[in-house]
Amino acid sequence: MCGHCGCAAEGGSVNAHRKGAHERSDRGGSHSHHHAHHDHAHHDHGHHDHAAGAEAEHAHVEMHQHTEDADVLHLGRQVLDKNARLAERVRGILLAKGICALNLVSSPGSGKTALLERTARDLGLRAAVLVGDLATDRDAERLRTAGLQAVQITTGNVCHLDAHMILHGLERVDLAALDVLFFENVGNLVCPASFDLGEDHRVVLSSVTEGEDKPRKYPTIFQGVDLALITKTDLAEAVDCDLPALRASITDVAPAARILELSAKSAVGLEAWLEFVRSAAEAKRAVAL
Amino acid sequence: MHELSIACELVRVAEQAARAERAYKVTAVFLRLGALAGVVRESLEFAWDLATEGSLLAGSQLVVEPVALAARCETCERIVQPESPPILRCPHCGNYTPELLAGRELQLRALDIERAPVDAATAPASTPR
Repeated sequence: MCGHCGCAAEGGSVNAHRKGAHERSDRGGSHSHHHAHHDHAHHDHGHHDHAAGAEAEHAHVEMHQHTEDADVLHLGRQVLDKNARLAERVRGILLAKGICALNLVSSPGSGKTALLERTARDLGLRAAVLVGDLATDRDAERLRTAGLQAVQITTGNVCHLDAHMILHGLERVDLAALDVLFFENVGNLVCPASFDLGEDHRVVLSSVTEGEDKPRKYPTIFQGVDLALITKTDLAEAVDCDLPALRASITDVAPAARILELSAKSAVGLEAWLEFVRSAAEAKRAVAL
Repeated sequence: MHELSIACELVRVAEQAARAERAYKVTAVFLRLGALAGVVRESLEFAWDLATEGSLLAGSQLVVEPVALAARCETCERIVQPESPPILRCPHCGNYTPELLAGRELQLRALDIERAPVDAATAPASTPR
């Protein structure tokens, strides 16, 4: 049984752990019964806002006008509440160990693995990667060859990593000897945006070969990141990428994000990225101590 | 693409809440969905029948309530409502507005439920633990 949420899936094997194993498996699990007693007053109830029903202890449950035995149950509950709670568990584990976690998101082929290979060489910190792909452990192999602790999470057909996969991935990482943990998300500019993995910083990569408009076309994944990396800058000229335009496109949808340009191949601009990781790791260590 | 996962999670949360209220059937689910939640309404609706199959929500209606993007301009303190693509720049003063007030909601707001009468001796097996 899974030790994180009590589902029937086998623990210890990240690969065996698919989303389907969780469906309706934890009815008996920890259940926080928190009705939004006050919250719902702020929302627009439309035609469902009727006079309070007979049950005084549930002021938010109101009789429905259509049928006598039907009720409107007001909840105000986050749909991804479970993922959020598991992400907090990840955060707790990593805080206890003083490990800084960075969630790398981007489209497939924007250079996440290449950046991490290069980062492993020059970072000078103990780093590990949990890498998500639909199939194969090719990326984990590449990263191990580069000298990183790497755990492949094959998601099957799931298009993103979630906090639950991360918790199982952590079981296979030696956390005692670690400064930085990278989550290399499934290459996808849409879905990973919705799932908190318990990271300290979310980093989005946008390669020059993808064009200047990607951030405006996929705003959700860019909005809310701490750092945006423009990658493959050694190819910028060859593909006629207008770098200032790409930067402006990022700033339009993610005004608070810091932007760095780099090439993992030529190492131009790499040092600023490495400094970002080092100072994030140092900040995390300081909080943990 | 991940809407089926979202739909399954929505069913799980809704079913848990409904059972706690002795419901034996959920007839409608009201979901607040922000413009920047990263979830496509049509895909969610497409996945709904499959996700609800065999649950208390089987046959229920999914009512999506869109929540528009709202951001606050720190410079002129106005609330702005960027459209798509969401350029987070204040149309009044031209400064960027990084503070999002609304638009990332993915919230189960309410359920229409049918519940067993309190005094029913033959209450279905949804007894609270």
